[in-house]
Amino acid sequence: MPDIIRKHADAVIIGSGWTGMIMAKELTEAGLKVVVLERGPARDTYPDGAYPKTMDELAFIQRSKLFQDMSKDTVTIRHGLNDVAVPYRQIGAFKPPTGLGGAGLHWSGQHWRVLPEELQLRSHYEQRYGKKFIPADMTIADWGVTYDELEPHYTFAEQVFGTSGHAYRVNNQIVGNGDGNVFEANRSAPFPLPAMKNTYSAMIYWKACQENGLHPFSQPSANASLPYTNPYGCQMGPCTFCGFCSGYACFNYSKASPNVNILPALRLSPNFELRTDSTVTKINLDGTGKRATGVTYIDAQGQTNTQPADLVIAGTFAYNNAHLLLVSGIGTPYDPQTGQGVVGKNLVYQTMSTIQAFFEPGKFSNPFIGAGGNSVTVDDYNGDNFDHGPLGFVGGGPVWCNQAGTKPIGGIPVPAGTPGWGSAWKKAVADSYVNTVSFDIEGSNMAYRQCYLSLDPTYKNWLGQPLLRFTFDWQDNDIKMSRYITGKMTDVAKSMNPKSTKVLVKNFGDHFDTRPYQTTHLAGGTIMGTNPRQSVVNKYLQSWDVSNLFLLGASVFAQGLGYNPTGTVAALAYWSAKAIREQYLKNPGALVQA
Amino acid sequence: MFQTLSFVPAAAIGSELLAPIKAAAQDVASYRPAFFNDADWRFLIAFVDRLIPHDDVGPGAVEAGVPVFIDLQMATNYGHGGLWYMQAPFVQAAPELGYQLNLTPRQLYAAGIPAADQAIRAAHGKSFTDLDVATKDQILADMEAGKFDIGDTPPAKTLFGFLLQNTHEGYFADPAYGGNINMAAWDMIGFPGARGDYLEWVDQYGKPYPYKPTSIEAEG
Repeated sequence: MPDIIRKHADAVIIGSGWTGMIMAKELTEAGLKVVVLERGPARDTYPDGAYPKTMDELAFIQRSKLFQDMSKDTVTIRHGLNDVAVPYRQIGAFKPPTGLGGAGLHWSGQHWRVLPEELQLRSHYEQRYGKKFIPADMTIADWGVTYDELEPHYTFAEQVFGTSGHAYRVNNQIVGNGDGNVFEANRSAPFPLPAMKNTYSAMIYWKACQENGLHPFSQPSANASLPYTNPYGCQMGPCTFCGFCSGYACFNYSKASPNVNILPALRLSPNFELRTDSTVTKINLDGTGKRATGVTYIDAQGQTNTQPADLVIAGTFAYNNAHLLLVSGIGTPYDPQTGQGVVGKNLVYQTMSTIQAFFEPGKFSNPFIGAGGNSVTVDDYNGDNFDHGPLGFVGGGPVWCNQAGTKPIGGIPVPAGTPGWGSAWKKAVADSYVNTVSFDIEGSNMAYRQCYLSLDPTYKNWLGQPLLRFTFDWQDNDIKMSRYITGKMTDVAKSMNPKSTKVLVKNFGDHFDTRPYQTTHLAGGTIMGTNPRQSVVNKYLQSWDVSNLFLLGASVFAQGLGYNPTGTVAALAYWSAKAIREQYLKNPGALVQA
Repeated sequence: MFQTLSFVPAAAIGSELLAPIKAAAQDVASYRPAFFNDADWRFLIAFVDRLIPHDDVGPGAVEAGVPVFIDLQMATNYGHGGLWYMQAPFVQAAPELGYQLNLTPRQLYAAGIPAADQAIRAAHGKSFTDLDVATKDQILADMEAGKFDIGDTPPAKTLFGFLLQNTHEGYFADPAYGGNINMAAWDMIGFPGARGDYLEWVDQYGKPYPYKPTSIEAEG
């Protein structure tokens, strides 16, 4: 059959997660005809999140009901430049999304604003600690955008998401009883909903943090604390703490998702068209190589389609933006030997550690009660909220007691030294499940010359395209950071007077382990920045090479954050949309001169 | 279970738990496996019985229906390896880079269980099912540590890992999948299953949750 040439669109958007849906809403409002292409299936609260079938740990987590179909596509991973990469064959360390809503359908709901200095990380560290403080192989950079520029977009995203939280400072005035996050940057508006209730575990943690001189607060959560209608007229119901958030679609309409918070409004627009089961294989360029003409995609019948468009927006999951550029021949691939080139540069992750406090039976921390974004957190060791000078590392992370709903297959914490099976194991799980308080350090991961994305020379996806290859391993700076904060927080665990504690933290020399789940917060590969020699997109997320191509999502993060990425991913999408609506559409072309 | 322990005299607990245990054990005994042959089925039952033995704390894997769960899983997309990227080449790599064998769960069990039993017969002169408990447990510990050689298709450590993971799944998954009979494993730890609404319980600090677990297939 001949290839199908589709009717011209003003804009084609690749991916239907948060960024794609935000941009689709903004561009249809601006009067553009928008086509969204989603590689996965259509999904919605019904049937994908319908009660009670959604409360099925085996189907959703161990059998990865909502995650990417790994039989069709995956990545390869190697630790070092001289190693041979092998496929990430089974879902382990991270859970790649697919389908309508992307990871936004099955995320937790932790909704953060960036700490302002993170956006100028290199300049900030050089200024405060000196240029020599940053290791030679650390390729951290400034993002090219400031917190003040993004602030209105963080505010609007919180209103769209129906975020619950406790503001600390609004319009430079401390609000409430000052019980928000003292480290939070100034805000132009409070959260649209009050903070959620705190679980027993979180309150035990709160008290212990206070006893150790830290500053606990109720974390911002995109799980609604009350009924809510967002600026688009989309409605949310109050969260019932069912504990089935990350990996699941919410049955209560309580967890913000593109499906619940944007799509119902977007579907009313005659300018909007959504095509699911449509896998984009290439961004097409004209003869000059400087202008995108649209995209090529494979539809559900296996037919090749061409979608012409004036504007191409790639909002794929994190690392997949780099894959699209590499297979489309856009931009110069990054070379770790020379440091030249930019596409694939600065692949980053997060450095997780966990502390578990075990109590005698009768504590009843009841960890099945929970919500993905529900947490008591301290930011005392995040960003540059503490003096790094004598410590000799870059980075930090929030530390939270995020009782998100512990399910039994995924791993009930058991005290150190417990065997993995037999009667002793059974006794330990029976004693521990409702009598444990667990908290995590979500440490940042800096960018390094030797951690990057490229095309794999051997393995192919279901369409015959090369898989994306990760070259990634832990570096001493981040292990040092993680071990320092974990050590400090172990004292907090001891203040709880538990029967015993267990600390899960990386050792120097540990390799990236792709087997146990850690976090899905991968970032980088098409980073934003101030000049085309060191970044793929400018401060408006516009390609330096192809001015009618914009890249959205965590792929543009210059390096890793301690915080979860979604809040910043959403704010950047609104920021980019504003630039397109107010500047680009009036005068198409480069918004920043190289 | 904690809730039960708090309010029921210790003597009553044993008899209360034993009735469902006997019924469940018969379920496994009368079940005709679709995937496992007779010898492998007996090995599987004997093996998971040591991974989670019956005792006073709560159900063992056999009475929880774990072997039935595993047999049913072999007919699913998971059993056929359909959830995994299974394109060649398959090469050995650092263990941190994850599973790299060209074996689906069906192939892994079909090859691994006879290989294990054969190696056990060679070492002990008996099938695994006929060994005493202490010897069985030593074999499990050696397999887990990679110290018991059953060949490389799959290695003992890999087979052990699959058996343990699938046993945890069958023990704790919703009973809709054939394991976790009577939700006794959930009862033991205090997991309420698909209750779904704890809004009134979030801030009742330090209190036991009073309701029995419920399944995704519960009626009414």
